[in-house]
Amino acid sequence: MAANFITNWNNYPQEKSQFSTAVFGQDFETALARQPSFIVRGNGRCYGDASLGASVVSSLKFNRVLSFDEVAGILTCQSGLMLSNILELSMPKGWFLPVTPGTRFITVGGAVASDVHGKNHHKDGSFSQHVINIKILTPTGSIVSCSPTENSDFFWFTCGGMGLTGIILEVTFRLKKIETGFIKQVQIKAKDLNEVLELFEQYSNYTYSVAWIDCLKTGADFGRSILMVGEHATIHELPNAARLLPKKPIVLSVPFNFPSFVLNGFSVKAFNAVYYGKNFKREIHSIASYEKFFYPLDAILHWNRIYGSRGFVQYQFVIPKQVGKAGIRDILTRISAKGWGSFLAVLKLFGVQQGPISFNMEGYTLALDIPINSKLFSFLDELDKMVKEYGGRIYLTKDARMKAEIFHSTYPNAATFTTFLNKVDPEKKLVSSLSRRLQIK
Amino acid sequence: MTTVLILGATSEVALALADQLAAKSFNLILAARHAERLNPVKADLTIRFGVTVTVAEFDAAQVTTHADFYAQLSPKPDAAICVFGFLGDHEKAIQNWEECATILTSNFVGAVSILNIVANDFENRKAGVLVGVSSVAGERGRQSNYFYGSAKAGFTAYLSGLRNRLFKSSVHVVTVKPGFIRTRMIAGIPTPGLLTASADQVARKIIGAMQAKRNVIYIVPAWRWIMLVIRSIPESIFKRLRL
Repeated sequence: MAANFITNWNNYPQEKSQFSTAVFGQDFETALARQPSFIVRGNGRCYGDASLGASVVSSLKFNRVLSFDEVAGILTCQSGLMLSNILELSMPKGWFLPVTPGTRFITVGGAVASDVHGKNHHKDGSFSQHVINIKILTPTGSIVSCSPTENSDFFWFTCGGMGLTGIILEVTFRLKKIETGFIKQVQIKAKDLNEVLELFEQYSNYTYSVAWIDCLKTGADFGRSILMVGEHATIHELPNAARLLPKKPIVLSVPFNFPSFVLNGFSVKAFNAVYYGKNFKREIHSIASYEKFFYPLDAILHWNRIYGSRGFVQYQFVIPKQVGKAGIRDILTRISAKGWGSFLAVLKLFGVQQGPISFNMEGYTLALDIPINSKLFSFLDELDKMVKEYGGRIYLTKDARMKAEIFHSTYPNAATFTTFLNKVDPEKKLVSSLSRRLQIK
Repeated sequence: MTTVLILGATSEVALALADQLAAKSFNLILAARHAERLNPVKADLTIRFGVTVTVAEFDAAQVTTHADFYAQLSPKPDAAICVFGFLGDHEKAIQNWEECATILTSNFVGAVSILNIVANDFENRKAGVLVGVSSVAGERGRQSNYFYGSAKAGFTAYLSGLRNRLFKSSVHVVTVKPGFIRTRMIAGIPTPGLLTASADQVARKIIGAMQAKRNVIYIVPAWRWIMLVIRSIPESIFKRLRL
């Protein structure tokens, strides 16, 4: 074991941790036997302290594909395998991920522990909806196989359970049949917030939908947006011949942390104006590669560095649908008034929630990046209270600073979750900085 | 298709070799103690690369089992890479013969035993490549690790002699002398970053050397010059150093 400073994608917080790597399942058993406590860490793409702690065990080398049924589209793998590796294997055989977040550089274990969602949440639910079985090494050292029907309490508290129920060893899940690696997409310009919220309803038949929203714009254009919806293209819909795999995209990289003055109100407004203004027509139909549609930011490696060495937070919350329009308007007004730059503000309408501890609920979710400044956290505490009053909650995977009280009062099953964790992990073997901060363990 | 035997296949260098060789469509025989741990690796490489992978139980220290181990391999390998080794606890080995014997057996006696058998087969077939992963520690005995170092020195000399003998039979022998490798073996011991290679880097160099029929390779080039300096220090001075 070596002691290193470790941080996640948003460069905040940075913590000194004992770091080791698991290669075989036995390595996790050894860690349980020898270490007072630790947390398993995947590719570190969360935006906070979920995979940080005094001691972390990396799963990145615990990444073997164990079986792949190419006819039924069912894959079993070890938890450290990355979604990008799955796509390399499955795309040429005509299978896509059932649910994918905005980056393919996360592990399957992370996808389960965060119960990740994608642009198709309103149609297909979150990742856990497609999981058939999970094999867990419990904190007390036994191996449990769980599914929605077998050891279902373990299954549901593990999906979205932030790695605290046990060590996720293996995951079996269903893939999605596709004909091509391309997406038939439509981009629709919305002049303000009302219009984009209505467009979500209007275009809800599309499998994939997400809106980019300019949250710095005040006045009449407040909430101007571009809604992007899409469907997997069939072979016949492609202009020339059936090509399952698009050409390799050009990958750019941000080589170092930008100084913090690079991102300011002016530069972000300029970016947003260009981004919005590039769509001259109200509606644009086009064919995009799956990489361009699902992972636009993966094409810029280390894009997180544009926020500088102080890092940033991503604030993502969800507000129930009934009060969603008023809630989003209310909170977005507060954010716009501050004018603290954010390239990316993403709005989406979720479908119904699955797991008891998962973030998702039927309603509107908004996610935006904000560079860290000295007044930011007290401002976000105020936003937390608004989210709570609207009956919403904050995404743990994106969280680095929420107060424990907010978590316990906004996640309806927080109490049963902590009771379950006390039962399965009486010695508190699996502990992260997040679980300490939010007083989950 | 060519089959490569990897001896000591649970080490991180061995796993990196397996990944890279499978990606190049080589079939593999993965031999190690606790070979059942390698079943996930077998499944993974078979699914991702469509190669044939065999997992076999092998214990370098049990030299009497080596002949049977090799006899039951089918098909026989076209190349063999001897990766296993054991750093051991030098301080403990000074007082404890068992620890000392394990270091000598794992790094020298066991390696010679299995490579003798493979070498005879390759010599009969007049083809094959043998790779021995030795160490820079074998170039001069130092007070901090001379059990490991002397075993590796013996192994390096053995590989040199083997290369000399098998040259006329078209069997090639590669000696690999890694310095520090960033694996669990040295996890916790701080190592100089520029002199430390990753397991992937070691594997890439080994495969390159097998294909180019190199004789003796260092992984990080600086080690060649560092060891040249260390070898050239007069013994009267060397014995006074804390190394």
